[in-house]
Amino acid sequence: MQNNEVFKNPLSLQLDPKLFEPATTQEKAQQVIMRDSVSFGRDALRRLLKNKIAVICMAVILLIALIAFLVPEFYPYSYTKQDVTAKNLLPFQYSQKEMAKIEKGEKLFPHIMGTDSLGRDYAIRVIYGTRISLLVGIVAAVIVVVIGIIYGSISGYFGGRVDMIMMRIVDIIYALPDVLIVILLYVVIKDVVSQSKNDLIVRLGAGMVSIFLVFGLLYWVSMARQVRGQILSIKEQEFVLYSQAIGASPARIIRKHMIPNCISVIIITAAMQIPSAIFTESFLSFLGLGVSIPMPSLGSLASEARSGLVSFPHLLVFPALSIFLIVLSFNLLGNGLRDAFDPKLRS
Amino acid sequence: MAMLEVKDLHTSFFTTSGEVRAVGGISFNLDEGKVLGIVGESGSGKSVSAYSVMQILTHPGRITSGSIRFRGQELVGSSEETMRSIRGNKISIIFQDPMTCLNPTFTIGNQLIEAIRLHTNRNRREAKERAIEMLGLVGINEPKKRMKQYAYELSGGMRQRVMIAMALVCEPDILIADEPTTALDVTIQAQILELMSELQKKLGMAIIMITHDLGVIAGLCDEVIVMYGGKVAERGTAEQIFYNPKHEYTKGLMRSIPNIDNDEKERLVPIEGAPVDMLNLPKGCAFAPRCDKAMKVCLEQQPEEYWVAEDHLSACWMNVKEATVLDGPLTKEDIGKIGRDFQEKGEEKGHE
Amino acid sequence: MSEANNSKLPNVLEVKDLKQYFSVTTGFLKSTLLKAVDGVSFSIQEGETLGLVGESGCGKTTVGRSILRLYKPTSGEVYFKGIKIGDQASLDLLHKKAQLVFQDPYSSLNPRMTVGDIVAEPIDVHHLAANKKERNERINELLAMVGLSSEQATRYAHEFSGGQRQRIGIARALASKPEFIVCDEPVSALDVSIQAQVINMLEDLQHQLGLTYLFIAHDLSVVKHISNRIAVMYLGRMVELASSTELHHHPLHPYTISLLSAVPIPDPKKAHAAKRIMLEGDVPSPLKVPSGCSFRTRCPRATELCAQVTPEFREEAPGHFVACHHL
Repeated sequence: MQNNEVFKNPLSLQLDPKLFEPATTQEKAQQVIMRDSVSFGRDALRRLLKNKIAVICMAVILLIALIAFLVPEFYPYSYTKQDVTAKNLLPFQYSQKEMAKIEKGEKLFPHIMGTDSLGRDYAIRVIYGTRISLLVGIVAAVIVVVIGIIYGSISGYFGGRVDMIMMRIVDIIYALPDVLIVILLYVVIKDVVSQSKNDLIVRLGAGMVSIFLVFGLLYWVSMARQVRGQILSIKEQEFVLYSQAIGASPARIIRKHMIPNCISVIIITAAMQIPSAIFTESFLSFLGLGVSIPMPSLGSLASEARSGLVSFPHLLVFPALSIFLIVLSFNLLGNGLRDAFDPKLRS
Repeated sequence: MAMLEVKDLHTSFFTTSGEVRAVGGISFNLDEGKVLGIVGESGSGKSVSAYSVMQILTHPGRITSGSIRFRGQELVGSSEETMRSIRGNKISIIFQDPMTCLNPTFTIGNQLIEAIRLHTNRNRREAKERAIEMLGLVGINEPKKRMKQYAYELSGGMRQRVMIAMALVCEPDILIADEPTTALDVTIQAQILELMSELQKKLGMAIIMITHDLGVIAGLCDEVIVMYGGKVAERGTAEQIFYNPKHEYTKGLMRSIPNIDNDEKERLVPIEGAPVDMLNLPKGCAFAPRCDKAMKVCLEQQPEEYWVAEDHLSACWMNVKEATVLDGPLTKEDIGKIGRDFQEKGEEKGHE
Repeated sequence: MSEANNSKLPNVLEVKDLKQYFSVTTGFLKSTLLKAVDGVSFSIQEGETLGLVGESGCGKTTVGRSILRLYKPTSGEVYFKGIKIGDQASLDLLHKKAQLVFQDPYSSLNPRMTVGDIVAEPIDVHHLAANKKERNERINELLAMVGLSSEQATRYAHEFSGGQRQRIGIARALASKPEFIVCDEPVSALDVSIQAQVINMLEDLQHQLGLTYLFIAHDLSVVKHISNRIAVMYLGRMVELASSTELHHHPLHPYTISLLSAVPIPDPKKAHAAKRIMLEGDVPSPLKVPSGCSFRTRCPRATELCAQVTPEFREEAPGHFVACHHL
């Protein structure tokens, strides 16, 4: 061994002999500080907030929601009132009748998005359409989460034959074409709905009811599969084995041990399902199967805009842009959530 | 000049949570044909040291300073080409889990032949013969049959032997073994260690054995480095470390492991506290918060590596305390003198 | 710790010819029987620690889990405190009075629960606390028993080191005031310097609370230190059972002998002087257990007899049981 090179340089400070007295327990303890307590949720939130795109998306969604639910209360125009003299106005354009009123001194709120072929203010119609889309999104999310979690956790926990049967059902449902079923359902329940005593159902119309029914029947399968997959892997964890060994009931184990460990998957899947549902509803409304007139949906607005497309492109641009923004924001937010919850990134 | 000289090596991982000084200045030498053991617990930096020598650190780790000289050639900062000519050829490594090193889609034979042809000039037929020879060398029976098998068809012990065969294809000067037997059953571990000992004598290669198991160290190693918190706590021959430890951590380890030969069932003497948090290294000695002999100076200042005998050094302030009479402030000259005294004693005894 | 098998104390656990087979799919429409545990019998006295050792595939973990009814045994009987385990009442007793400590400190604690809730799991499952105040008091008591402070009850498991998490697991096991604990490799995943802390704690708790342990591990030095008696398993069968010192100084079964000689000794002079008895080959797969004595494929004493007749697990010396034809 080469002593010379390895021997270090002596210290550059003088050392007080008192320093060679034993250190007390307190002094030693000071060196060991536990880092701040951070729960999994807060850790994920912190990471989410660092993601600029995700934050922008959250802001956009919030803004859209605020507009959709608050603006109609104050807006001077109604979405049903037709005015034939003011049809197909371009954004910020006024009809002659309106111009006359302005010259007389009346203050008229501008048509921010112009008017449609029946003279209805377009902006308020687009806003109502957005409201419908968001409602669809929320209802879809609720259905997907509730049914999906229950189904997936039962299938995953009990395994064996139960799991096999339940998953085959899921496979079958996956293979069903949702648009076709909506159409069939629509035909079937059209009469039932129009004669219904329930006010809400009549207002929604057969189209929307069939859409919600289809969500309830078909849309939760993706969530069920995801939850089942998570539960299968969690089942092998020793803390689950422990609970089983001390006699905890399956319900308790699923509720307290498994579902909380699936939260990230649940949130992400739900966030990804929402744009899918919104898009489906828009698409169906575009085909004429969604909301019944005069309630506007972004899809139906787009459909109506087709005839005057060349001369009045704004009638298509605004609803399309709306759909685009909502769906894109949810998709990007879903990506951001997935990154925020990803345990591999946790140090 | 020793075959491998590592001087003041610093390796850090630049993570999102901060810089982790995995290796904070270690130095050691390795001579031809010797077996060096690096022992330490998780987070001590023992594996990272070895990966630094081979420069196979994964991102975000990198060597921040220090020197690694292999046969006089400086490896830190050398080109990837230079390192490739050394890896697998002059310095080989085997890992704890052979499954991560063996490709499950190729047969064992294919992988061995690939390794052989990568580093030597043999044609395919010669390489195949050499592969069968290597399998025989590591004690695998029916080598011809094994050549056609896949990794998952072999047991843990067999896979480890295959990995050793692949590492020894070029008869390297140094074999680095990173916890090679930790995942194996104890009877298989004994077989593998026996094999490594035989091969070491037969091929005359040096081995760096990285492990947390003191029993493995005792059976195989000539020299031992004990690491804690990314630094060398103590370095010496196996006998010195086991029979005359001079660092409180080493002493604590020796006291806390149950000795199977001891029938008395005396209570174990554990080391209190928890292993050091590498993200929050204290300013003084990393072991001080857990040390029952800790002094105030231990918490304030990092100890240097002090020679305590001819081939034995320890980074512990207790050695300074024991070596001097503390009747006044210690100046740097005093500390330097303590070191020189030991050095002189070492020179008097004479060493190679 | 008394080593003698004090016959005056009652048996907390009695296992008679326990068999645990699993059906494993080995091919298309083909399945084989995996004989994880193939006829194991032993008993554990009150206050005793029985060590159970063996290498991978020997079935020691399965024995522990079968006793706790995580699997329903294929055949055999388990008596806990003299009561045969089978009906619901006996299972209720088992769930409260028999507990489990796991190997992996990282997967044995629910990452989404606070430490307090983790430790209180047995209390919640069995409704052992009348109200929230009592529950919290008990949590603090348990944490103190394992050397953790009560303010740590609101933290999450991932904030603690491996050794501390193991302590949390032990505190949890004590919550229902058990009498018997199955320790399944409780220190194998811990750093060497921490192992001693946890071993000492387990011993202290045993004395304080009068616990009985089944200590499953593969590290013979640790097992010898903590156990009164040791049982050695190989491929689902018990091959030897004796007191710790007797097993170490007078091992009778060839597997035990080679197992003991394979343990690395942390002492250079002894390590170099030791003569290793090397076993040839690898452990056979539990799916294809050799006929007769399962150890015969690697045994230096094997003869024709060993292939044809399974050796009986017999008492060859007082308290010392072995299953071998050629002692």
